[in-house]
Amino acid sequence: MNYLLSWIFQADLPVAAFPSRAELVPEPLGVILVISCWNFPFGVSLEPLIGAIAAGNTVVLKPSELAPASSSVLANTIHTYLDNKAIKVIQGGPSIGEKLLQQKWDKIFFTGSAKVARIVMTAAAINLTPVAVELGGKCPAIVDSLSSSWDKEIATKRILAAKFGTCAGQACIAIDYILVEKKFSTTLVKLLKAYILSMFGEIPKESVGRIINKNHCSRLRKLLDEPSVKATIVHGGSYDEDALFMEPTLLVDPPLKSEIMTEEIFGPLLPIITVEKIEDSIEFIKSRPRALAIYAFTNNETLKKKLASETSSGSVIFNDAIIQYIADSLPFGGVGESGFGRYHGKFSFDMFTHEKPVARRSFLTDFWFRYPPWNDQKLQIFKSAYRFNYFEIILIILGLKKS
Amino acid sequence: MALDMEGMMKELRGTYASGKPKSYEWRVSQLRALLKIADHHEKEIAEALRCDLNKPDHESFVYEIASMKSSCQLALKQLKGWMKPEKVKTSLTTFPSSGEIVSEPLGVTLVISAWNFPFLLSLDPVIGAIAAGNAVVLKPSEIAPATSAVLSKLLGEYMDTSAVKVVEGAVPETTALLEQKWDKIFYTGNGKVGRIVLTAAAKHLTPVVLELGGKSPVVVDKNINLKVAVRRIIGGKWGCNNGQACVSPDYLITTKDNASQLVNALKSELEAFYGKDPLKSEDLSRIVNSNHFNRLKNLLDDEKVSGKIVHGGQRDKTNLKIAPTIMLDVPGDSLVMNEEIFGPLLPILTVYKVEDSIDLINAREKPLAAYLFTNDKRLKEQFIRNVSAGGLVVNDTILHLAEHSLPFGGVGESGMGAYHGKFSFDAFSHKKAVLQRSFAGDVPARYPPYTSGKLKFLKALLNGDLVGLIRALIGW
Repeated sequence: MNYLLSWIFQADLPVAAFPSRAELVPEPLGVILVISCWNFPFGVSLEPLIGAIAAGNTVVLKPSELAPASSSVLANTIHTYLDNKAIKVIQGGPSIGEKLLQQKWDKIFFTGSAKVARIVMTAAAINLTPVAVELGGKCPAIVDSLSSSWDKEIATKRILAAKFGTCAGQACIAIDYILVEKKFSTTLVKLLKAYILSMFGEIPKESVGRIINKNHCSRLRKLLDEPSVKATIVHGGSYDEDALFMEPTLLVDPPLKSEIMTEEIFGPLLPIITVEKIEDSIEFIKSRPRALAIYAFTNNETLKKKLASETSSGSVIFNDAIIQYIADSLPFGGVGESGFGRYHGKFSFDMFTHEKPVARRSFLTDFWFRYPPWNDQKLQIFKSAYRFNYFEIILIILGLKKS
Repeated sequence: MALDMEGMMKELRGTYASGKPKSYEWRVSQLRALLKIADHHEKEIAEALRCDLNKPDHESFVYEIASMKSSCQLALKQLKGWMKPEKVKTSLTTFPSSGEIVSEPLGVTLVISAWNFPFLLSLDPVIGAIAAGNAVVLKPSEIAPATSAVLSKLLGEYMDTSAVKVVEGAVPETTALLEQKWDKIFYTGNGKVGRIVLTAAAKHLTPVVLELGGKSPVVVDKNINLKVAVRRIIGGKWGCNNGQACVSPDYLITTKDNASQLVNALKSELEAFYGKDPLKSEDLSRIVNSNHFNRLKNLLDDEKVSGKIVHGGQRDKTNLKIAPTIMLDVPGDSLVMNEEIFGPLLPILTVYKVEDSIDLINAREKPLAAYLFTNDKRLKEQFIRNVSAGGLVVNDTILHLAEHSLPFGGVGESGMGAYHGKFSFDAFSHKKAVLQRSFAGDVPARYPPYTSGKLKFLKALLNGDLVGLIRALIGW
C-alpha cells in the first residue's frame, strides 16, 4: 500500500507538494570573461570560448600577451569569423587585465598561475562573480619496475613525450618529476637517455620547444645552478639563454628542499626521485600540495587502487600522460592548490550555465493542514506525512487517532 | 573564550589525513548521530527557536526539524550510490582506455550559517560535508543565540569532535575563521557579508558556495483559483518565518484590473489565518531583533509609501512584532522596493499587461526565486524562458526547496553554487577523473621525431576520419 501511494505521490516529494512536476532548465549566465595563458594559447583560449558560446553567453577573451603572435591571430580570426557584437578579443598586458577585472562579469574563467588567480578572485569578489581557476602544480609520475621490454619502451616514450615533447615541459599537466624504486632507477635512466636521443635527436635545440622568454629561462637556469642540484644532473644541463633553449635534463635525487623540488618546474628539467619501495611514493605525494594530475606507469592493480583512493589530485592517469586532455568525457580541472572548476566536453557547457530548477504545481488539491492557524491535529498530520505514514493521516482526519 | 584557531586547524587536518572521515562507516555513524539529535531533542530545539524567533512549533517542525531529518535520511539511504565512481565512455582518440569519475572529499570545510532557519541552515550543509567525507567546522549565527548554543551543546555530545566542530561567536570569531585555509567554504546569508567571505576565500583560492537572497517576485495572473493562490502566497510569506526567508515572496506584480480582487482575497485569507488582531496571533514569528525591526519600520515610514498601505501597518516594538502589511502601487524608487524586505511587508506593483511583469523583474538583480500564478500555458513558457532566478515555481511558493532532486542555489546577486540532496554531496566533493590506459595499442605518430606522415595520421585520428587514417597508415 505504501509503495503504491509512494508511486502516486512521486516518491520523495512530501504529500503536501502533490501533485507537481519539476525540471532543470539550463540557461546562460550572461557575459563571460576568459583569461587565457601563453603555453597553449589556442587550446586554452578556444576551449572555454566554445563552452561559453555553447551555453549561450556573450564572451570577452583576453589572450596572454606573452604569446603575442597567437594573441593577434586569435583576435583577427575571431573578429573575422564570429559575431563581433557578442564575442570579442581584447589584447594586452597586466594593465588591460586590471581594467577588465574592474568590470562586472557573470563568470570569469582563468588559466594561469596561483598568484594571478588570487588577484582575479579578489577582484571578482567585489561583484560576487563566480570564477573557475585552472592552475598547475608538481604533477608526479610514478614509474613501477616494469618487466616487459614493450611496456618499458612505451612507458619511456610516453613519459618523454609528456615532458620534453609538450612545450618543453611548460604545461600545467606536464610530468614535473618521477618517482621510481631505487633498484629500477638505473634501468629507467638508461632508457630515458636512449629515447631522448632517438626522439629528439643529436641536436635537441631543433626539436624541443623554446622557453617562452628570458625571465623563465633564467628562472630555470637558477633551479639548476644550486651546487647541490647541479651535482645530481645525469644528462643534459646545458642551455643557451639567448636562444631561449634549455637542453632536456635528467637529475637523480636532487635535495628535496631545493627549489627544483618545491616549485612547479614548468620546463625541460626532469628530477627522478628514488624510493625504497614503490608504495612509498604514495606517502611522498600525499605530503605535498595537490597537483593537477598524478601519473602512474604500472601493471600492479593493488598499487593503482591504493594510489587512486589515498591521494587527491585533479585527475589520475594510468600508463599514459597528457592524454586526459583529449578525453572529453572526463572533467578537466584541479583541486586544492591546482585550482577549482572543471571543463572539456559537456563540462564546458555546464561551467557557463545556470541550471535553473522549475517546479510546477496544480491548483487542484490544496491541503488545509499546510496553513495556519496551527493546532495539534495539523502538526500530527504533518509529522505522519513526513514519515509517509498515510494510514495514520487517515486515522487522524477521521478523528480515530489523537495527538 | 579565546579560541586556539591554529590548534583546531591542526587537529582537523590531522583527523582528515588519518583517512577516518573518508570511510563509509564514519560518514554513516555521523549522519545517524545527527538524526538522533533531531529525534531525541525535538522539544529543546523547538524551544530554542521559540526563544530566538518566537517561531511557532508547527514551523519549527516542518521547516527546520523535519526538513533536516529528511535531508539526513536521504543521505543515509543514497550514500553508497553517491560514493560509487561513475564510469564514462571513452572515445577512439584514447582507445584502448577506460575512464571513471571518482568523488572524493575536499578536506577541511567551513559552514557559516544564518539566523532565520538557524537549525536547518546549519545542519543541511553539514550533512553534505559529512556525506562527502570531509571534516567540518560549523559557525552558527550569533543573531540566533539560543539555537547556536543548542547546536554547540548537542553536536559536542553526539558527533566525532575530532572532525566535526561548532565554533560560536560573532564578527571577531568569524573573521578569525575566515583567515584560515579551508578546502571549501559554504556561506548562507546576505550579499554584503558574502563579498567579505569571497574576498577572504580568494587569498587561499578556496572554492565557495554562497546562498544569498534577493527580491523574489510573485506574478499573479487572472483566471486562476485566487483563493488557493493567495493561501499559498501567504503560506510562503508570513507562514514561513514571517517573511524572513531567502525565498520569501518579496513583492507581487499583477494587472491593474486584478489588483483589488487580489488585495481583498489576501485580506480575507490573512484574517482566516491570523485572526482580526495578528499582533496577538501565536502563529507568526516575531522580527528577529530590534535592528531589523527598525529597518522594517523605516520601510513603512518612508514618505514615498505613505498612503499606499492598504492593510496592516500596526507594530508592537516591545514584542518586536509587525502585522502583515500590504502596500499597493508603491513607487519603484521607494525604500521598500530597493532592498530585500525580509519581513512581513508585501508591496504590490501593478502593470497593464501581465507580460510586462517579466521586464519589471529582469530590470532588477537576479533573485533567489521567482513565482508565477497562472493557467495560461504561453505565459508559463515565456516566464520560464525569460526570467532568470535561482529557481522558479509555477502556482506555488517555496515548495521547490522540498524537492531533493532539484538543486537549490542562486545566480548573480542571489549566490553561486547549489545544494540539497545529491547536490549537497557534490558541493563538498572533488570529482576526480581517472583514466586507465594500456601499454598495448600505441600510436607511434604521437612521438617525436615529428614527420608530416605522422601529422597526417594524427589529424585523421583526431577527426575520426577512418579513410584518412587508412591512407596515412599505408603511406598514401
